[in-house]
Amino acid sequence: MRPFKYQSAATVKDAVGAVSKSEGSKFIAGGTNLVDLMKEDVERPAALIDVSRIDLKQVRSEGDSVVIGAMAKNTDTANHPLVRMNFPLLSQAIFAGASAQIRNMATNGGNLMQRTRCVYFYDTSMPCNKRERGSGCGAKEGLNRMHAIFGWSDECVAVHPSDMCVALAALDAVVKVEGPEGKTRDVPFSAFHRLPGDDPTRDNELKNGELITSITIPKNKFAGNSYYLKVRDRASYAFALVSVAAALELDGEKIKDVRIALGGVAHKPWRARKAEDYLRGKAPKTEEFEKAAKLELADARALEHNAFKVPLAERAIVRALRQASQ
Amino acid sequence: MKYIGKEMSRVDGVAKVTGRAKYAVEYKVNDPAYGYIVQSTVAKGRISKIDTSKAEKLPGVLKILTHQNALKVEEETRQFRALQSDTVLFCGQPIALVVADTFEQARYAANLVEIEYAKEQPSTDFSDTERVQSRGPAPRGKPAEELAGSPVKIEAEYSIPIEHHNPMEPHGATAFWEGDKLTVFDKSQGVYGVRGHLSRSFGIPEGNVNVISLFVGGAFGSSLNVNYYPFLAALAAREVKRPVKLSLTRRQMFTGHGYRPYTTQKVSIGAESTGKFRSIIHEGATNTSTYEDFTESTTRFGRTLYECPNYDSPYYLLKTDLPTPTWMRAPGAVSGAFALESAIDELSYELKIDPVELRLINYADKDPETGRPFSSKALKECFTAGAKKFGWEKRKFAPRSMRDGDLLVGWGTAVGTWGAFQAPATAKIRVRNDGSALVGSGTTDIGPGTYTVCTIIAAESLGIDPKKIEFVLGDTELPRAPSQGGSITTASVGSAVYGAAGEIRRKLVDLVARKEGTALFGASFEDTELVDGNLRLKSDASRSMRVVDVLKEGGVEFVEVEYQSRPSAERQKYTTMAHGAQFVEVKVDESLGIIKVTRVVEATACGRIINPLTSHSQEMGGVVWGIGMALQEATEIDHRYGKMMTTNLADYHVPVAADVFSVETDFVEEKDEIVNELGIKGMGELCLVGIPAAIANAVYHATGKRVRDLPVTPDKLL
Ligand SMILES: Cc1cc2nc3c(=O)[nH]c(=O)nc-3n(C[C@H](O)[C@H](O)[C@H](O)COP(=O)(O)OP(=O)(O)OC[C@H]3O[C@@H](n4cnc5c(N)ncnc54)[C@H](O)[C@@H]3O)c2cc1C
Ligand code: SF4
Repeated sequence: MRPFKYQSAATVKDAVGAVSKSEGSKFIAGGTNLVDLMKEDVERPAALIDVSRIDLKQVRSEGDSVVIGAMAKNTDTANHPLVRMNFPLLSQAIFAGASAQIRNMATNGGNLMQRTRCVYFYDTSMPCNKRERGSGCGAKEGLNRMHAIFGWSDECVAVHPSDMCVALAALDAVVKVEGPEGKTRDVPFSAFHRLPGDDPTRDNELKNGELITSITIPKNKFAGNSYYLKVRDRASYAFALVSVAAALELDGEKIKDVRIALGGVAHKPWRARKAEDYLRGKAPKTEEFEKAAKLELADARALEHNAFKVPLAERAIVRALRQASQ
Repeated sequence: MKYIGKEMSRVDGVAKVTGRAKYAVEYKVNDPAYGYIVQSTVAKGRISKIDTSKAEKLPGVLKILTHQNALKVEEETRQFRALQSDTVLFCGQPIALVVADTFEQARYAANLVEIEYAKEQPSTDFSDTERVQSRGPAPRGKPAEELAGSPVKIEAEYSIPIEHHNPMEPHGATAFWEGDKLTVFDKSQGVYGVRGHLSRSFGIPEGNVNVISLFVGGAFGSSLNVNYYPFLAALAAREVKRPVKLSLTRRQMFTGHGYRPYTTQKVSIGAESTGKFRSIIHEGATNTSTYEDFTESTTRFGRTLYECPNYDSPYYLLKTDLPTPTWMRAPGAVSGAFALESAIDELSYELKIDPVELRLINYADKDPETGRPFSSKALKECFTAGAKKFGWEKRKFAPRSMRDGDLLVGWGTAVGTWGAFQAPATAKIRVRNDGSALVGSGTTDIGPGTYTVCTIIAAESLGIDPKKIEFVLGDTELPRAPSQGGSITTASVGSAVYGAAGEIRRKLVDLVARKEGTALFGASFEDTELVDGNLRLKSDASRSMRVVDVLKEGGVEFVEVEYQSRPSAERQKYTTMAHGAQFVEVKVDESLGIIKVTRVVEATACGRIINPLTSHSQEMGGVVWGIGMALQEATEIDHRYGKMMTTNLADYHVPVAADVFSVETDFVEEKDEIVNELGIKGMGELCLVGIPAAIANAVYHATGKRVRDLPVTPDKLL
């Protein structure tokens, strides 16, 4: 690994100041993703600004929302009573990711910012537009079983690997960020991560020097009817082939509101808005779930090795909705 | 028997869990330097330019070895040796070694070595590689004709991807020189093999090289062949005149040693409507490198397993621009069994005969290949015991006929077989006048529990409490023993320990038998035994002396022997095999393609069980390995570049705890007086052999889908 400078930041201001001042410096939180990428020579920061000690670790209720600190650990977040009570979907999604040890280190901010697991991205001797713009996409005509079926471009077919983010997308979370000069802004979750378009080097809309400080989740009525389903190659400790965060608000025999987000299928957590639109006002029945899922997957475009994700995603949506409705 | 056959915890267990057990690069040596390997990023061609100047300028960098400045060795071998020329034979080939004060400095400098290649297009795609027929036994009978004439036939093709051992401990070595004497702590399955290789490479006598491998964090065959890195560590140590530690990263492990080859097979079975096999043609092909032929007995195991008058087992090699494969747990056998045992299962549905029944119909009571009797074969008993424990009689025959709520349930079976081999081995024993014994042999213990079982055998045959026995291994200063591989160690080294103990007794008898006035005056060797610290007469246990008193009487502080055991001539008249019957239950969530192996019963007949505890662990390990092979493991290659891509443990999946449910093991003990005096067969590979097929067969029974390409991942069931 290349030599780098290391500095611990006590406040948001310090951290943002340090990163925006020096070219090539990066925040580090739990380090579970960044350090691996540095060892592989994929990330080559000149300096690391450690944000893990900044006092942004609480989970608290604020008006009609729950606010989750960016530096809170994934494990602590998933176990927090406010999260378990209000958003069991989020707890489930976090626990479906990585391993206990990694979740104990990983922070919420880092989870949003984790980079793709595309094997070409990790291998500096291979072409990859995300790592090196213009070098080509190794996966598009290569090993792409794990890759996207929605929203990909010729430049990049990678998927976002997070489970937590799939639940956050479904829950309409808002990402709070703070940039230089104390400027803050709120980014709706669905606008936080990007599709690759012609610049896959950018995973999200965060600007250089901006730090995620918290994630706000509006309270909702989904807690009784939600389910996170993750289909993977082994029972634990594997990234999703396809995952589904499903949440229903039932009103007697009708679906009053519904949220569906998919993981493992696109460069960002994929909100299944077509399926959602179809289901609002319908009965929570398997046939309706099947129609909605079909509608959503109609736009899917498979690659050479991942055509299975289309029927898998369709079935996973149906299963997750059925589980949620029970 | 007092110790043999009783459960005993690992004698090295505490050392292992407390960290006292040292692995190859953990030894404290004075002022070590660290090596880091630079690997080729292309699979075929030549190194046209290599510039180390930038890297050399970095702080801490001591030396960079490349093909331009490294020692050229004269060793005659087709195995890959590092830094010998500018030719690139596979992607990931070591092409430079950076040596620095710290591992981090070496790794950083490795990034700055600039290399240019004259690239050529590699060929790694198995489907368009030329097949070369490899030598094998001639067909038995007239397989093709008889197949054509059979009333019931099936024919199917199977494939298995490249798989890697992925032991916990990465391969590595610590090397240092004292004058022209070389010491290497290596992670090895055979210290003698490494010693020979190093002595030839450096042109120094074998006696000048000491190779030590006291603990091995798993190897599974990956350290059986001499790997290239011990030489690099030794060479670097010579160049920088300091001890050098060299360890591979997990990613480097995928090309730092061999792997289970890509395997494709076609099985054709012709049978009578009664189920009797008439003809089997089991054809196989595995990949190898361009510079070395690696072959396995993939297609041959069935020839001795089933009664079938006509049998052919042609086998081919596919030359690829990849490193040479190597042995990986149950090499050939597990690959072959996946195809053959799947095909037999397929035939059972064709014939509408229960798959256990079908195997019993074709049971071989003597070796169909040679006509020789088996030294012992309790496979039938394994079927009986296993089926009973599993509850096989409740199986409904038709696929998709068993359910647990929304899940489909499938029950499958398969047979495993592995040779009961033995090789010459030497052991040394010293019995001291404090009643303790030091026992040693230059074998290794890669995890099965060799330290423990050899302690048990020594305790039993010396009549000494195991706590007073120290068994040492893994050092070329100890008497020569075979490498730990092929499940031969307990049979070979155990026999040597047993034989040496007999010689100890002879010496003890000699000390007192002519001494008038002692209890054992006039004793004959044949009529003595060692029990509970005593030497006594078998015919009259009251005529007994404490061993320490025997030594005192003889006026010596200790007695010591070195003894070599060899496979007996008697064995040649028999076929010696170990067998097992495996029963598997899977539950399948069909619409999502999720398979859970909810229950495994493994009934095994492999001679005498020395330690039921470590034997059970071996079997469990085999089952878990089989789950990985059946459902998860695959090293994926991008053939455009000839490069392995899933080279880390996030992308190369092995089972996690959540993938493993109930695993029950049952041993049908065989009293086999032919294999060796202790009746030991070996089991480390056997326990895996039938598992992948049994799982695939259970998946078929559950779903009606026959997956013939491993691993059976969710996408293949959709
Ligand atoms: C083997 C393995 C398996 C895994 N499996 C899964 C899985 O199944 N599902 C899943 O969801 N995840 C999985 N993960 C990923 C894991 O969830 C992430 O590594 C983790 O969430 C990252 O958090 P961190 O705090 O360690 O981030 P770091 O590694 O410290 O940082 C990651 C990135 O985020 C940036 N960053 C960190 N904090 C902030 C902030 N507050 N504001 C702005 N930028 C920031 C850093 O600069 C860096 O670029 C796995 C990881 C591993 C190693
Ligand atoms: S899919 Fe994206 S990340 Fe993967 S190789 Fe292509 S550009 Fe790189």
